[in-house]
Amino acid sequence: MAVREAEPVGSFNEVREAGLDRDDLLAIYRHLLVTRGIEERGHILYKQGKIPGSFYTGRGNEGAAVGVATAMGPDDVGTPLHRDMGVHVTRGVEPWRIFAQYMGREDGPTRGRDGNVHMADAKLGMIAMVSHLPAMLPVAVGCALAFRIREERRVAVGWFGEGSAARGDAHEAMNLAGVRRLPVVFVCDNNQWAYSTPTHLGYAVEHLADRAAAYGFEGVVVDGTDVLAVYREAKAAIEKAREGGGPTLLELKTLRMEGHAVHDDAFYVPKELFEEWARRDPIERFRTWLFENAELRGEEEDEIAARVKKILNDALTRAEDSPQPDPATLLEGVYATPEDLDTPHHK
Amino acid sequence: MAEKTYLQAISDGLRQELQRDDRVFVIGEDVGVYGGAFKVTLGFQEEFGPWRIIDSPLAETAILGACSGAAMMGMRPVAEMQFADFISCGWDHLVTVAAKQRFRVGTPVPIVVRLPSGGGFSGGPFHSQNPESSFAHIPGLKCVCPATPEDAKGLLVAAIEDPNPVLFFEHKHLYRRIKGEVPDERYVTPIGKARTHREGEDVTVITWGAMVYTADEAAKRLEADDVSVEVIDLRTVMPWDKAAVLASVRKCSKVLVLHEDTRTGGFGGEIAATIAEEAFEDLDAPVKRVCAPDCPVPFSPVLEKAYIPQVDDVVKGLRELAAY
Repeated sequence: MAVREAEPVGSFNEVREAGLDRDDLLAIYRHLLVTRGIEERGHILYKQGKIPGSFYTGRGNEGAAVGVATAMGPDDVGTPLHRDMGVHVTRGVEPWRIFAQYMGREDGPTRGRDGNVHMADAKLGMIAMVSHLPAMLPVAVGCALAFRIREERRVAVGWFGEGSAARGDAHEAMNLAGVRRLPVVFVCDNNQWAYSTPTHLGYAVEHLADRAAAYGFEGVVVDGTDVLAVYREAKAAIEKAREGGGPTLLELKTLRMEGHAVHDDAFYVPKELFEEWARRDPIERFRTWLFENAELRGEEEDEIAARVKKILNDALTRAEDSPQPDPATLLEGVYATPEDLDTPHHK
Repeated sequence: MAEKTYLQAISDGLRQELQRDDRVFVIGEDVGVYGGAFKVTLGFQEEFGPWRIIDSPLAETAILGACSGAAMMGMRPVAEMQFADFISCGWDHLVTVAAKQRFRVGTPVPIVVRLPSGGGFSGGPFHSQNPESSFAHIPGLKCVCPATPEDAKGLLVAAIEDPNPVLFFEHKHLYRRIKGEVPDERYVTPIGKARTHREGEDVTVITWGAMVYTADEAAKRLEADDVSVEVIDLRTVMPWDKAAVLASVRKCSKVLVLHEDTRTGGFGGEIAATIAEEAFEDLDAPVKRVCAPDCPVPFSPVLEKAYIPQVDDVVKGLRELAAY
């Protein structure tokens, strides 16, 4: 089973066939802008000293994240990572709660218990990541196992990076999923750099997706800057899993356009590489596509930009009003109580 | 009520939970067709099918991670580690994900990990360990160590009901050696409540797991010295029943902490420190620990006997305390 390299999306008709109408396309565009806006504003907050700890962004990965999240069904679940802000945005996490999370405030999804992108809203089917990547892949497989046991038509999406693919969790998760043909899609955000380590020091095959063959399922390499190609391939993989066709490994190729985190200037990445991938910016690329294929008009674009700006401004104001967590509540929730099981999933 | 071995009690408790609750499933290495390395799940796959008694690849992280994911989706997984020792391969998942998810994001992870643990039959360094203190140190995990068949069933039910990750340490040396009356019906033995295995007045032994029986033998020997020994079976080390321990310490004024795990960093140190902090005025002698020495579990029967605390070691400690 050789790896397949996905074609770019040409016309509107191609994505219409994959389930998107014009409103969906504009929503994708808005999600891309909100995603980048949140991270740009977050960077400013960080420089203002309002964000403790460190700060991570997914610049360059917005299309990959939004594309996959758009392909997921409402009852599907996933484990997005620190380059996947677009997943949270697309699933509907309110931006003010993300800013509150960055600042360690009470209204962030983790109420100051954890920081940066270590968050998720379980009500939206998202499971919060940990730092030990790819620790969430076995968890995604477990979600899929639950769906399989209960014979539900739901799919789990597990994210990982090409760097963390070197760890055993990736192997164990994909192997179990392959053996049991579980409804899970593995999404590799391949941004070419694991902190300062390039891909050729991380794995020895041409494509990371080549590994899928070893687990008995299909691997697909997709240009991660092409949000519509990502959507089309993710949609196909998710629906295949839903129909009992087993897992797929999607490798979404991008370049991490900033350092590992804000403290890192990425001096080790060749300047020409940044220049090359800057010309393939996923948002600019999609904007051009919308003008050429979906009759996006200048005034319509301005309206979207104004709406996004308002969302971000309102979110920042509201997040800054969010209180600090109360130290007296420190020990709350170390252990769960039976009432905690009354969630959308624990039924 | 019927007489059952410790192993049958675990098996019966698990089967009853599988029968009454569709959310419960079992996953582990060789748990299906083979019935588990110790046969706890013998015949289960015929009864419940291959999607509820799941033979996994040899991959502890996948087993435990899959349990957590399934638990987050509303299932009640029970994982079997073939030997407690192999949980080292799944340490990262338990400590990094399962233990912290409720605290970080409010998501409970109700999983049970069954851990055949303990030595006494030349299992060597990798089939004999008692790693409970390592996990008792991790906020968010619970550690259960039953000593009797009745407790083994009741605590397993409690562990499955519990909304947290619970490590269920079942002592291999007790599996077929210990029998006792076990109620047929479903019942819950609360996690965090100690049990007085033997009442006494002069010296208290705080212990759990297989060492309950070692302590009991030693207590019988001390009767000849006219020393009355109380044996407290902690039953669960996280949470542990501090109130019951302190009450017994106050009653007897002398205390020996006994465990099969190694000494330094073993859970006995935490118990001794708590007694020193909270019952210092009630003590008539320094707290004494009898534990395995700080070395890996050896293979040779002669060496293993020197490693695992023996009745003679406990008798010696009790006599020293009585004479103090």
